Amino acid sequence: MSSREKILGAISTNKPALIELPVIDIKSTSNLAADWVDQFIKILESIGGKVIQLSSIDLIKKEIQQAKIGGEYIVNTLPILGEVNTEINSTMEASLLETVDRAYIEGSLGVAENGSVWLYENQIKNRLLPFICQHLVICLSINKIVPNLHEAYKQIDVAKEGYGVFLAGPSKTADIEQSLVIGAHGARSLLVYLISE
Amino acid sequence: MNPKNFNRLFFEPIQGATLSHSEAAEIFNKDEARTDWHDETLWFVREKRDKAVRQISEWEQLRTLGSDIKDHTLSNLDNYLTEFEKNAQANGIKIHWAIDAEEHNEIILRIIREQKVHQVVKSKSMLTEECHLNDFLSQRGVEVVDTDLGERIVQFRNEPPSHIVLPAIHLKKQDVSETFHEHLGTEKGNNDPQYLTEAARQHLREKFIKSQLAITGVNFAIASTGGFVVCTNEGNADMGAHAAKIHIACMGIEKIIPKAEHLGVFLRLLARSATGQPITTYSSHFHQPRAGQQMHIIIVDNGRTKQLGRPDFRSSLKCIRCAACFNTCPVYRRSGGHSYHTAVAGPIGSILNPNLDMKANADLPFASTLCGSCSNVCPVKIDIHVQLYKWRQELVSEGYTATGKKVAMKGMAFVLSHPSIYRIAGKMGRWMMRAFPFIMNNKSINPWYKQRDMPEAPKQSFRDWYKKNKQ
Amino acid sequence: MKVGLFIPCYVDQFYPKVAVATLELLEKLDCEVVFPLNQTCCGQPMANSGFASLSEGCDKNFVANFGEVDYIVSPSGSCVLHVKEHLHDQDEIKASHIRRHIYELTEFIVDVLKVENITASFPYKVGMHISCHGQRGLHLSSMSELSAPAFSKPAYLLNRVKGLQLSEPKRVDECCGFGGTFCVFEEAVSVKMGKDRITEHALNEVEYITGVDVSCLMHLEGILKRQGSKVKTIHIAEILNSH
Repeated sequence: MSSREKILGAISTNKPALIELPVIDIKSTSNLAADWVDQFIKILESIGGKVIQLSSIDLIKKEIQQAKIGGEYIVNTLPILGEVNTEINSTMEASLLETVDRAYIEGSLGVAENGSVWLYENQIKNRLLPFICQHLVICLSINKIVPNLHEAYKQIDVAKEGYGVFLAGPSKTADIEQSLVIGAHGARSLLVYLISE
Repeated sequence: MNPKNFNRLFFEPIQGATLSHSEAAEIFNKDEARTDWHDETLWFVREKRDKAVRQISEWEQLRTLGSDIKDHTLSNLDNYLTEFEKNAQANGIKIHWAIDAEEHNEIILRIIREQKVHQVVKSKSMLTEECHLNDFLSQRGVEVVDTDLGERIVQFRNEPPSHIVLPAIHLKKQDVSETFHEHLGTEKGNNDPQYLTEAARQHLREKFIKSQLAITGVNFAIASTGGFVVCTNEGNADMGAHAAKIHIACMGIEKIIPKAEHLGVFLRLLARSATGQPITTYSSHFHQPRAGQQMHIIIVDNGRTKQLGRPDFRSSLKCIRCAACFNTCPVYRRSGGHSYHTAVAGPIGSILNPNLDMKANADLPFASTLCGSCSNVCPVKIDIHVQLYKWRQELVSEGYTATGKKVAMKGMAFVLSHPSIYRIAGKMGRWMMRAFPFIMNNKSINPWYKQRDMPEAPKQSFRDWYKKNKQ
Repeated sequence: MKVGLFIPCYVDQFYPKVAVATLELLEKLDCEVVFPLNQTCCGQPMANSGFASLSEGCDKNFVANFGEVDYIVSPSGSCVLHVKEHLHDQDEIKASHIRRHIYELTEFIVDVLKVENITASFPYKVGMHISCHGQRGLHLSSMSELSAPAFSKPAYLLNRVKGLQLSEPKRVDECCGFGGTFCVFEEAVSVKMGKDRITEHALNEVEYITGVDVSCLMHLEGILKRQGSKVKTIHIAEILNSH
């Protein structure tokens, strides 16, 4: 008998009688989108992220152009922000990605209660990019903020693509004496542009 | 007889060189300032957890949901596992089944050898700790690099993690500084956590980029979609898995949840309970290998189906490994994770480990005052302290008790069952001072007396007073 | 209303003053109190050590002593909890009656007698030690781990005592480390836990530490005396019965 059969057989013998699956019936504490935006900003900033609200993307475009002139390796993945870096694809080597100074990517949805942003694989182009870049910038429409994770999971399809992530703030650790250090293995900073254009 | 032997009277010594929890805890407590520091550091984490959960008005409702979803899942576990397997395979993920730690380790070794890999990066997985994978692989010439900062620190020091979420919480920054000076060539005496973390970042980035194979744990596996979720704050699981050509994810059978919507409940509970964060920095959902990558999942039993068959202890399989019970446990905070001599320490470890090896872990259910704080912080409402009590009964009925304790308890039970004998024996507390371990009036062997005075025996018992004054 | 007074064995032997105070207090509150003379022990010392199988004799004796009263009241949350959760007997009707009608002293005064005024006077600074079994087991007070409204039955009564200044330690409900046989089998941790409770109470400059369980107080008293501290322990019954 295979291990698979042994394990499944043992479970079938040892499991209790079927217990009903509960319905998740949690309501949001506020119905106001403005409250969700406020909470998203407050929470994300409390976990080390930075949020800037913009009514126009022109400022981001300018910022990208200037940084590129300054010689930094800036990766843009959003066509609306200007020329995209087509060299970033799913098979790009880690050793090359490691040289990215700053990456601009689009977020799908923000979650007010925990300050996280959902990113689909097609938005990040390469799974490593949001982790291996030194600094990460996410552009998110202000209309895409939901109050909590329950609502978030209603709106995303986790299996639509091969990979997706809720990303909340810069990489961090407190493994040395519980002292918070920002910039463990992943990005050293996270900036979210909340765009109301 | 010296007081040290007192416990030997009542507990069978653990075989081999391993110290029992109480022996290790006594050594831990010799440095009182350090014990205070350890206690306060972990209490700080408990306070962060309290603050976070108080911001969620529906917290207790979420705990109930988390508990009920897990209860349901365990009651239908075989069907969910096969559903998960079918969907994951359709997603292009290879599924393996391991009956025990040995088979789990062999499967990993086989994949490593097939791919001719010599170095692997591994993010935190308590299952691989439970299976002693690192030792197994290093004995066979494979270098395992633990990539979680805390795990890398203890790996350099040849120590096991002392906490499942904060593996190096028993160490001070000076200790880390010395270790990094030795292994990474950092400046001697530079204890700045920022500086030390940066050194680890540089060191591990090189490992991530070079490594062909990454091993991760699994926080949740979704039956309906055949995908799995891995949570980290550092980003090390993602750095490893996305850079490597092969990704192996190891999961216990109990990691299954029915649908993605249930993640809404568990991800809300997990980080708040663990560290007081609203969510971990990265909650990564893996559904397919990326182009050109191989993805494997190893589904491991290693005693879990046996625990599923123990009605009293079944619910311990609901654990989501947040370690809130560690941080709140007054005994854990004052004895350190290593005193539990197992991969998973703390209160939850004390109800999981006797299932794996009753004899070796017979001391653990007694390393508790049964205060119940663990059950109150548990995000999936495992009645940990009740199970500690029940394991004590189980261990005694299975014969894992020293003869001295058995004799003492039988004697005590006999006297207390017979009021007339109790009255004569108990006159002025004489019998009690012999029989009750905590009142025993033998100052040379009674551990009570080491740091505490005995209660003073009064002139008359209440019974005598009552007979004189009320009858 | 007939109340059976249950005095745990070690209270009977070592702390008769707590038993006397409990009896006098209940009588002051107009209860008809009986003390069944053949009572011994609830069986907890054996059960918590893993020998619940040996507590049959204790259970039988407990039922024989307390099967006929309306309520059973005791100045020990821990023993009450043990009986509530574990008492069983061949006479299951009586055992079940006992399980449902056994009360720790302060919960009996607050929930059953519904007393609103306490005539006692105790002009001292008193620190409240919350005993785990009374709190997390019997729900005598709210628990710091839960997201729930705050309440405390013992504090409700103490706040009605004339002249008493009540304080809480920083960690309001951390265990003192007694834990039954834990206090000797895990001596080092047990004592350390007790010392840490005492340190926090000392920061509040208390003169007394009080609680609903004699066992916790006995442990703390043992440490205080060894330290040569001026702080004393006193059971809540003694305060509520003071003049």
